[in-house]
Amino acid sequence: MIDKLSWITAYPEMILIVMACVIALMDLGVKTPLRGATYGMTLATLAVVAALEAAYASEGATYYGFGNMVVSDAMGNWLKCFAAIAVMVTLVYGRPYAGQRGMLRGGEIFTLNLFSLLGMFVMISGNNFLVLYLGLELLTLSAYALVALRRDNAVATEAAIKYFVLGAMASGFLLYGMSMLYGATGTLDITAVFKAVSSGQLRHQVLIFGLVFIVAGLGFKLGVVPFHMWIPDVYQGAPTAVTLMIGGAPKLAAFAMTIRLLVEGLLPLANDWQQMLMLLAIASLLIGNLAAIGQTNIKRMLAFSTISQMGFVLIGLLAGVVSGQPIATANAYSSSMFYVVSYVLTTLGTFGVLLLLSREGFESEEIADFAGLNQRSPLYAGVMAVCMFSLAGIPPMVGFYAKLSVLQALIMPGDTASLSLAVFAVAMSLIGAFYYLRVVKVMYFDAPITASTVVAGSDVRVVLCINGALVLVLGLLPGGLMALCSHAIQQMLGT
Amino acid sequence: MGMLSLAIWTPIAFGVVLLALGNDEQAKASRWVAFIGALVSFLITLPLYGQFDTTSAAMQFVENAPWIERFHINYHLGLDGISFWFVLLTAFINLVVVIAGWEAITSRVNQYMGAFLILSGLMIGVFCALDGMLFYVFFEATLIPMYLIIGIWGGPNKIYAAFKFFLYTLLGSLLMLVALIYLYTQSNGSFELSTWYALPLGKTAQTLLFFAFFAAFAVKVPMWPVHTWLPDVHVEAPTGGSAVLAAIMLKLGAYGFLRFSMPIVPDASHEWAGMMIALSLIAVVYVGLVAMVQQDMKKLVAYSSVAHMGFVTLGFFMFNQIGMSGGLVQMIAHGFVSGAMFLCIGVLYDRVHSRQIADYGGVVNTMPKFAAFALLFSMANCGLPGTAGFVGEWMVILGGVKFNFWIGLIAASALIFGAAYTLWMFKRVYLGAIGNDHVKELLDINAREFLMLALLAGAVLYMGVYPKPFTDVMDASVAQLLKQVAVSKLN
Repeated sequence: MIDKLSWITAYPEMILIVMACVIALMDLGVKTPLRGATYGMTLATLAVVAALEAAYASEGATYYGFGNMVVSDAMGNWLKCFAAIAVMVTLVYGRPYAGQRGMLRGGEIFTLNLFSLLGMFVMISGNNFLVLYLGLELLTLSAYALVALRRDNAVATEAAIKYFVLGAMASGFLLYGMSMLYGATGTLDITAVFKAVSSGQLRHQVLIFGLVFIVAGLGFKLGVVPFHMWIPDVYQGAPTAVTLMIGGAPKLAAFAMTIRLLVEGLLPLANDWQQMLMLLAIASLLIGNLAAIGQTNIKRMLAFSTISQMGFVLIGLLAGVVSGQPIATANAYSSSMFYVVSYVLTTLGTFGVLLLLSREGFESEEIADFAGLNQRSPLYAGVMAVCMFSLAGIPPMVGFYAKLSVLQALIMPGDTASLSLAVFAVAMSLIGAFYYLRVVKVMYFDAPITASTVVAGSDVRVVLCINGALVLVLGLLPGGLMALCSHAIQQMLGT
Repeated sequence: MGMLSLAIWTPIAFGVVLLALGNDEQAKASRWVAFIGALVSFLITLPLYGQFDTTSAAMQFVENAPWIERFHINYHLGLDGISFWFVLLTAFINLVVVIAGWEAITSRVNQYMGAFLILSGLMIGVFCALDGMLFYVFFEATLIPMYLIIGIWGGPNKIYAAFKFFLYTLLGSLLMLVALIYLYTQSNGSFELSTWYALPLGKTAQTLLFFAFFAAFAVKVPMWPVHTWLPDVHVEAPTGGSAVLAAIMLKLGAYGFLRFSMPIVPDASHEWAGMMIALSLIAVVYVGLVAMVQQDMKKLVAYSSVAHMGFVTLGFFMFNQIGMSGGLVQMIAHGFVSGAMFLCIGVLYDRVHSRQIADYGGVVNTMPKFAAFALLFSMANCGLPGTAGFVGEWMVILGGVKFNFWIGLIAASALIFGAAYTLWMFKRVYLGAIGNDHVKELLDINAREFLMLALLAGAVLYMGVYPKPFTDVMDASVAQLLKQVAVSKLN
């Protein structure tokens, strides 16, 4: 018998799955080339879901449902809300692009996006190893299909195969790690795993063995060095609209899954995974930033930039362990959450401009394609510049506060290791500033390669302006979002 | 809204309006909006002078409101005698620069003017901020408009200069960011400067913090040997950019020493004062000599800026009243004089499109009015009594003699180099027979240029003849700072 509370945790997911099917069916009757009807339906669905999640989140209660298999808490609900909005924005930006490239011959893109969002939701709220895994698979399978949506395009197909092979391997890693932990603890329930591990009566080697595989699997999904090889190729090869789909909202889900697995499940092993994360973070910052310098393709550059940004997210996650004090721990995780959210916001804006510059028969992929954008369209150049400064961590953009809060969580009085890591991270973000500035340079200092003005539909224009303004406004007034992340994490940790 | 908030946000609001609504077709309207914005921004800073209590060392016009509560960052503004004049100076220079860019800038006028207005608001914010993080946000944010100003409207090698400017200064400030966060954790979660002033710190921590601040501020001043970005950037920057850079931006660094390094880490400041004095003297003497051999006028004035800023840091780190006040007076005077020098070069450059000294000669024959102004500013740059340049240098030298006779002597003898390179440039550019056909065809300055130079000339002479209003404002705060620095923070 499923109790009433269980249903509450699953309403948004149910709406998603029903609407995904309805939209797939309805799309058969849609004849317009840009599929306005199904597009509108999808956006409406996403808006309802986002509003529902926001309402749950602001209520702030924690429910466990379906025999503890899923959890609905403030952190999860906010992340789901943001993920739904991110997918919505992705669709707004991506629709004209997809339409010009024959990706809207059927309405699959909407259905697949809804299914991948459903996957993210399940990942975010899973409280059970298998549920998490199922969510992950639903997300990635939809994403593989999305990457391969331009099946006549060799590059996209190649990217899809790479993504599939490496993604399957990562899932395998994760599943293997989960099975080790299941073998050791005898349960798949995360709360029960936590209890079993913290009892201290299990063999440490087995747990660590499982942990290594879990961290490796998560590393793949977050895209951190040395599990990053798929990111540049997939980012570059996938149609840009799909790249945004992969690089945006799923980061929120990957973050939530990391929190569920490592913090809620395996916190007693924190000293072990902290060291692993530290290595991953250092390597990501180093390789992500250095490799990004050499890129001339902007999608590849952004791919390497993602890798380095995820390094910062990991720093926030590992910083929580060092202190041991509950408040400082909550601060650290919430700084990571703030980082991910602001990163996704900025990425949306960046790709939004990128998609705008791609016209029929022309892929805007090289950094040089941005040349003189300021003369062609000061508005979009401004949005892009704000996003670039934000990614570089220059105040007063939101990206600065993300870096600030992560560094603040990291630096502990009297701890030279954390201080050196902070200085290292700061040095790396200086290198990062170089390649982000280069994009600004190309837009503002170089002469335009074409005099054509940039045309955008009114929906794209409005959303892009709001997006760019948010990067700046959240930089001027970051307090609200910070408090939101902080409350959500504190509630999740039960402090 | 408090007066300081108005002073900060008025130019920024005008700048944003210009960016949002202006376009290339409405260049004229953009200019006028910018002029009105700059004028209003300057006028609203004037009442500050009437209301400022010179007898008090406390912060005045204080505004304090929570900004980011999670980190206890406050929107905390205030002025004391140290920061007071820079607010007015910034607003004043901004007005002059807007007038200076009137005809020289023809493309993307609204963006040019908007960038300067926003920059001016941000720099006023730096001088007003009493919260460490607020200071940092303003301090860093100034990089963005300046980067764009250099990169869009700069000379042939502008991209190199823009990147060098941005990355060089960012490197220093990022280390300061780590220092600020360290202080935040040490003080149990506060970015308040006043809390940090009272925070006891160990010797190692003080040394590390001192060098983190040094990285940020010495690059900005710039002190020898991290001054190498300045000549490159000045040469490529548009005239207005150079003027603001020399007149205000360099002061952010020197101001940082007074607001952060000295009161927060007094023991380390004393310990490393010898190094600071040595670096300052090298800047004064060696960079002065370097200036002498420059072929490019802007480069010459850039090196002369480094030398003059050497006087400032020299005055600060001798820890006596007259030296420190002298350093501050020198900062203000240099703001007027270097701004004026760069604007003069801009006047010539707009006509001949060359900054090489060799391309000129006998300009006085064709531009007598302009040459008179140039002579005044050159004299002020040498530190001639009766001009603004004299007061600060003289006070620093007095402080130097008081501190150690030989340091005073070296500093005083460096004045000779200053006179040498400035006057030699003046002679080669303005005096003598008409050098070439370009000079022959020069037209004297128009009313707009006259207004802009007259404003600065008035300030230079007023400050030179009657510096009392400037020093009066500073005295109490400088005395208070010296008292603060004299108390050890080692338990």
